Amino acid sequence: MNHWRAPLNLLLLLAISTLLATFTGCGPSGGGDTISIGEFASLTGKEAAFGQSSHKGTLLAIEDINAAGGVLGKKINFIYEDNRSTPGESATIVKKLITRDNVVAVLGEVASGRSLEAAPICQANKIPMISPSSTNPKVTETGDFIFRVCFIDPFQGTVMAKFAKAKVNARKVAVLSDVSAPYSLGLAQYFKEQFTADGGAIVSEQKFSSGDKDFKAQLTAIKGTSPEAIFVPCYYTEAGLIVRQARQLSITVPLLGGDGWEAPELIQIGGEALEGCFYSTHYSPEDAAPAVQDFVKKFKAKNGGEIPDAMAALGYDSAMVLAEAIKKAGTTDGPKVRDAIAATKDYMGVTGKTTLDANRNATKPAVILAIKDGKFKYVETITP
Amino acid sequence: MEFLQQLINGLSLGAIYALIALGYTMVYGVLRFINFAHSDVFMVGAFAGFYLGRVLPAASFGGGLLVLFGAMVICAVLGVVIEKLAYRPLRGRSTLTVLITAIGVSLLLQNAGQLIFGANPKSFPKLFPQHNFTFGGMVLSSDQIAVFVVTIAILLGLHYIVMKTRIGTAMRALSFNPTAASLVGINNDMVISFTFALGSALAAAGGILYAINYPSIDPLMGTLPGLKAFVAAVLGGIGNIPGAALGGVLLGLIETLVVAMGGSTYRDAVAFAVLILILLVRPSGLLGKLQAEKV
Repeated sequence: MNHWRAPLNLLLLLAISTLLATFTGCGPSGGGDTISIGEFASLTGKEAAFGQSSHKGTLLAIEDINAAGGVLGKKINFIYEDNRSTPGESATIVKKLITRDNVVAVLGEVASGRSLEAAPICQANKIPMISPSSTNPKVTETGDFIFRVCFIDPFQGTVMAKFAKAKVNARKVAVLSDVSAPYSLGLAQYFKEQFTADGGAIVSEQKFSSGDKDFKAQLTAIKGTSPEAIFVPCYYTEAGLIVRQARQLSITVPLLGGDGWEAPELIQIGGEALEGCFYSTHYSPEDAAPAVQDFVKKFKAKNGGEIPDAMAALGYDSAMVLAEAIKKAGTTDGPKVRDAIAATKDYMGVTGKTTLDANRNATKPAVILAIKDGKFKYVETITP
Repeated sequence: MEFLQQLINGLSLGAIYALIALGYTMVYGVLRFINFAHSDVFMVGAFAGFYLGRVLPAASFGGGLLVLFGAMVICAVLGVVIEKLAYRPLRGRSTLTVLITAIGVSLLLQNAGQLIFGANPKSFPKLFPQHNFTFGGMVLSSDQIAVFVVTIAILLGLHYIVMKTRIGTAMRALSFNPTAASLVGINNDMVISFTFALGSALAAAGGILYAINYPSIDPLMGTLPGLKAFVAAVLGGIGNIPGAALGGVLLGLIETLVVAMGGSTYRDAVAFAVLILILLVRPSGLLGKLQAEKV
């Protein structure tokens, strides 16, 4: 029996030290000279390109705010955690941010599915949450503490449907969407509604699950219905593979996507197969507006010449909108900050003029980009 | 015409499953345990191809084959090392012990992969020249042709090794009765090492063919194809080499046809339903022989 003692003692020691660590962990962040703001992001894993971009943008905003003296005379203490792009992690992380790090507000996520995991927790704790770029309507429907600084899928889907009709001259369109992503299903639905309302026909509707690599069966079925364009609302990893496999099956029509395509990885995976495809997004770094050019310059200087994409711009705007609101509220009290965020009107952000509506969603213009010579090229801006 | 195109899609997917399934089946044949680390050797194979492929100047036929061969050698060495360090000390223990060790090795490779290669998906370079061949509405890409050619060549080579060479005879003898094999002078450890080397080289080939067709690779990429290949091996009759090839091709076809008929969300569910069905109806697999378990 004696040989059991050593491991048991060790276990006890471990338990005690973990407990102690938990208690002491509360100390510094509860201090009076900083304001803690939390972020949960997909810094690794499948959507890491989004998470990293958005995170870099947010980080730049926090630095700008702190350089200008912080908010309410205090510096911002920025605490971020990685959810590895997996389901189930975000809820745990946000709980930790709120209960252990005592954050006054939460920023995050790009993917709607993961924002939906975190939103109920922020709502229950009366902590305002601003999502930089989750476009699914359900995210802010969770409750009155949940906001976003981007447009929502009904608008994005409508924009793409109109574009397909007017500029691609397509009357027959096939849709290939991801059943495991609320983002993808929402976008597909709003696209279909607008496109059929305008007199177009959806000739084929195919589905896949996140993480699939083989789409040839779906694409072969789509090819049989000879559409004039294919709408593929999904994230960049799958989009790149889908476009490539479509070209391998000699499908030559343009493929259309949403802001989930916005990542350099799309071009790395898709290569020249992407030429002549289009997608809708939040901003273009080619925009001549001073706010945009100033942001692009600062971002490039900080991140080794990397050009910021829409996720970075929205990450930046989300932190800025929050800081403005805390300043206006004059306190970090949850409900008061919430009221101040809700009152955001005509805020000139990097991604355009932002006004939050009664449903806590931003109304702002969308931008259509094309892929040409392996680069994202600005096509047009569509205002709501 | 659409059906024929789906058939081609299914066959090229099935051929990759078959290559991975062969590794499972060969190790099972000689050691009677499922090497769950096999699917992660498959992943290492793809990453070996990724790093070797960057050294090559351009997508050329010879260069592609060289990368394929290099990755196979790297994985063969890895397979032998895994067997030496993890499985050999457990020789003679219950198969459950070895099975759990295999799961441990699998987790080790996945997490070491995330540490070394990074957790973000990487885009796989083009190894072979790209071209699409069209036959009256049907399209066959050069990558698919590469899959067929490599798989058939490897199957023929494997058949030759197992049936016509001394080491192959030794493998079959060991599979039949390990004690008797060592009594007639077969070095069992050497034969087992060789089997692991061969099986892991096949996983590497599978990994590279998978990556050129689906060019986004990450350290967890092995899990699902690995499980599917395991289903394929059981479907064909685990321990049986032609069975693994048949099982792989059948599974690829079944999956593709399920998706083609509109059941894309049930793709994985159907693959695993096949496993349950085969275990209920014909536990020894399509080509496997029924063996009475000694109790």
